[in-house]
Order: sequence, then C-alpha cells, then structure tokens
Amino acid sequence: MDNTCISPDERSEKFLRKLKDRNIDVQACYQCGRCSSGCPVGDFFDINVMEAVRLAAYGQEEKLLNSHTIWLCAACETCATRCPNEIEIAGLMDVLRELALRRGIAPAEPRIPLFHQAMLGSIRSWGRAWEIGMIGNYKIRSGDLMGDMRLGLSMFMKGKLKLLPHSIKAKSEVKEIFAGKGKEYDR
Amino acid sequence: MKLSYYPGCSLEGTALDYDRSVRDVCRALDIDLLEIPDWNCCGASSAHMTDHEIGMRLPIRNLLLAAEIGCDILVPCAACYQRLKAADKALRTDPGFWDVARFSGDFQIVHISSFLARPEILAAIEARVIRNLADLPIACYYGCLSLRNPRVTDAPRWEMPTTLESIVAAIGARPVAWSHRTECCSGSLTMARPDISEKLVGDIVRAAKRAGATAMVTDCPMCQANVESRQPAVEGVGDMPVFFVTELIEAAMSGTYPSKQQRAHLVPPGVLTGIFSASTMKKEGPA
Repeated sequence: MDNTCISPDERSEKFLRKLKDRNIDVQACYQCGRCSSGCPVGDFFDINVMEAVRLAAYGQEEKLLNSHTIWLCAACETCATRCPNEIEIAGLMDVLRELALRRGIAPAEPRIPLFHQAMLGSIRSWGRAWEIGMIGNYKIRSGDLMGDMRLGLSMFMKGKLKLLPHSIKAKSEVKEIFAGKGKEYDR
Repeated sequence: MKLSYYPGCSLEGTALDYDRSVRDVCRALDIDLLEIPDWNCCGASSAHMTDHEIGMRLPIRNLLLAAEIGCDILVPCAACYQRLKAADKALRTDPGFWDVARFSGDFQIVHISSFLARPEILAAIEARVIRNLADLPIACYYGCLSLRNPRVTDAPRWEMPTTLESIVAAIGARPVAWSHRTECCSGSLTMARPDISEKLVGDIVRAAKRAGATAMVTDCPMCQANVESRQPAVEGVGDMPVFFVTELIEAAMSGTYPSKQQRAHLVPPGVLTGIFSASTMKKEGPA
C-alpha cells in the first residue's frame, strides 16, 4: 500500500452507512491480522485484507474501489470465518465490487468483472449458466481469445460442455430478478 | 426416503458425471430425488460478488419452489449449497424485505457429503460395497463453500471437517492426514487469472503428494474441474486425479469403474482403474 496520508475529508459517510445496513462492522477490527495471514490470494493483493478493513473503517471508499484487492478476492470466506470479531470481510469485498461497478470505476483487474458479467449475462438469458455461451462471451469481451483453448477443446471432447443452452420455462421471473426492485441501492 | 434435488448448472455441464453418480448412488440407497421443477441458477460467486440483490433473489426463487414440495433439499454443489443457505437465512430473518409474504419452510438444505456421512446412510453404503478401494491413499479435499462462512453454512466443523474421510474409509480407501483440506483453489478466478489458480492448485496438489496421497476426492464441482485442469501448467504435478465422492461410492457399490466415467477425467484416473482391473474380486469389509 502506498504511504500517502489519508484525510477525514475523504471519508465517505454514505459508504459507512451502506456497511452498517449490511451488518458489516468494520469498526470492530483491532488489526490482529488473522484475515491477512489466512488469505489464499493475499500474495497478489496491493492492499492486504486487514489494511482494507481499516481503510473501510476510515470510510476511504476511493482507495478501495481503485484497488486490485477487491477484484482478486476469491470470496473463499477464510477471512470472515477466522475473524475473532466476526466481521463480514468477504461481504465488505462484495459491497466494494458492487459500488465500483455501479459507479463505473475502471476496474484494476478488468478481466475479472468481465467474467462475472459474462456469467450473469448467461443466467439472464437462459435462467441457468450455459458454459459455452458464457466462455464465448467472456473471450470476446476480454480479448483473451487463445487462453485455455486446449483445455476448452478437451472439455468439449469429453462431453463436458453442452453445445446448446437449456432454457428454463419461467424466463420472465428471471428477467424480473435482473430488473431489480430498486430496494437496496440509491446510487 | 424422499428428498428435493437441486443439481445446479455445473452438474448439467462440466460436472455432468457428478450428477449421474449422485443419482445412481441415491437410487441404489432407495432415496427418491425429486428435482426441483424449473429451477434456476443460484447465481454462484459471480452474482453475490457483484450484485447483492440478484445474488439473493436468484436462490430465493429456488427456495420458494422447494418450499412447495416441502422435502429437505439435497445439494451436490458446494457453491449452490452456500448460496441457498445464504438466501434461506435472509428469508427467515426478514422475508418482507425480499417481497415474500411468509416463509415458513421447515425443510433443511443438505450438502451431499454431510448427508452421505450420516451414520444410517454410511451403514447402508458399507453394506452394499462389493469391492473396496484397496487402501487407496486419498486426500479428502473440501475447498471453501460447503464450510465457509459457518454463520451461513452451519457447518459443524469448518476447520476440521470429517465427512469425506468417514465416507472414503467406509468404502475401503485410506484418507491421509494433510494440510490443505479446506484451502481455496480460486475457482472463481480461474478463467480471468489462471496464473493465480495455477499457484494455488500447485500448492494443494503438492501438499496432497507430500502426505502420500495418489488421488484426491472432493464434493465440489468447481474444485474438481479447477484442480484437475490447472495441473498440466504446474511443474511437478499433473498426475493427481480428483474424484467426486459419489463416483467412488458408485464404483465400490457396483464393483466396476466404467470406461465412460474414466474418460470424464482430465487427469487420467489410473490409480482407480488399476484397483478395478485387478484380476481377483475381493469382498472385504473395511478394517
């Protein structure tokens, strides 16, 4: 993490309120470091887990939304499971990713949200995830056309990738879910 | 016994053989599976990681469908299990927030290995074994999502689970003691950051080897696909097959390991094929 000072002027009250609404009590952190030490992807982070929790407690939304950390978190829940104060740290990462997307902040790891969006696009269209469609969509949008070509081919040859999607009957219900009821977010 | 069944999307695709073996094992144990009609994707990691509302409403729809049937729901996929549990907790806490008038389902959401490790089911499996797994040294690999977060999953022993060990011991394999049973393989990042998955999968497979295992067994379709598929890119690993727990049970109870099932693996499952092609059929109870 860089050593630039943080200032109360950068404190986002709205972000802190959001965490409170979701019962993510970042103020309870006493920096013991169990979250960081157990994190399986921590080696790749620019802001380590306990730093992210402390920055969140200071309301430092911008620093967090621009980090690699929020995208590289694999949602394995090791941090939240081991936190002695039961802080929902993986939930904090969920909130940060969603805020970054809603605010249109260019992600530090662009391929990762493209993958999630390809997955959600598939669910929105069919009600279920259709792997070939999702992978194709991700490949085109990310430009990663050649990666895992051999793996994909070998999975296909083993009958592990279905050529055609299975569409559920109640597609309108899924469309409604994706339309959102607007309950949760005011931005 | 009747259970609702939620296969989830992986079991219609990359883990099609997992679905087949779950259904076969349940049939052999006289358990009726009622597939939840017109179920939808649970949203997996991608939904809850980027959109809380969609991440909750997708599994909620499945729970409301399951509530009409009323039976406990059997879930083979660890990710689906965690998402259904999260939705279940949210609905029980505040159904109104999710526009559900009343949610009084008294059914449980049950992950496959917790179910199969119940004493009465385990005894039924053991009684039907016609060929045991010849002391195969095997690393039981749980991964993340059937265990964590325990406030969501209600897993009783999230750091030291024992369900897979009990099951493989009942069919005559030998679970090894090892370090990475509940470590993450980074399945949710595997397409976008294969380099991270290669590191994590390398660590996991090396740890299994260090403990003397020649195979791994799991109950998570993402772990199975990720740990097998990322091995070729990692030096020093590449020969560690990852079996589904029901695949092993089916083999032990039927006494055969069909070539169709062998071909489903990206890492050749030679260790298991070897046991089943041995010339003498042995019927031995587990020690």
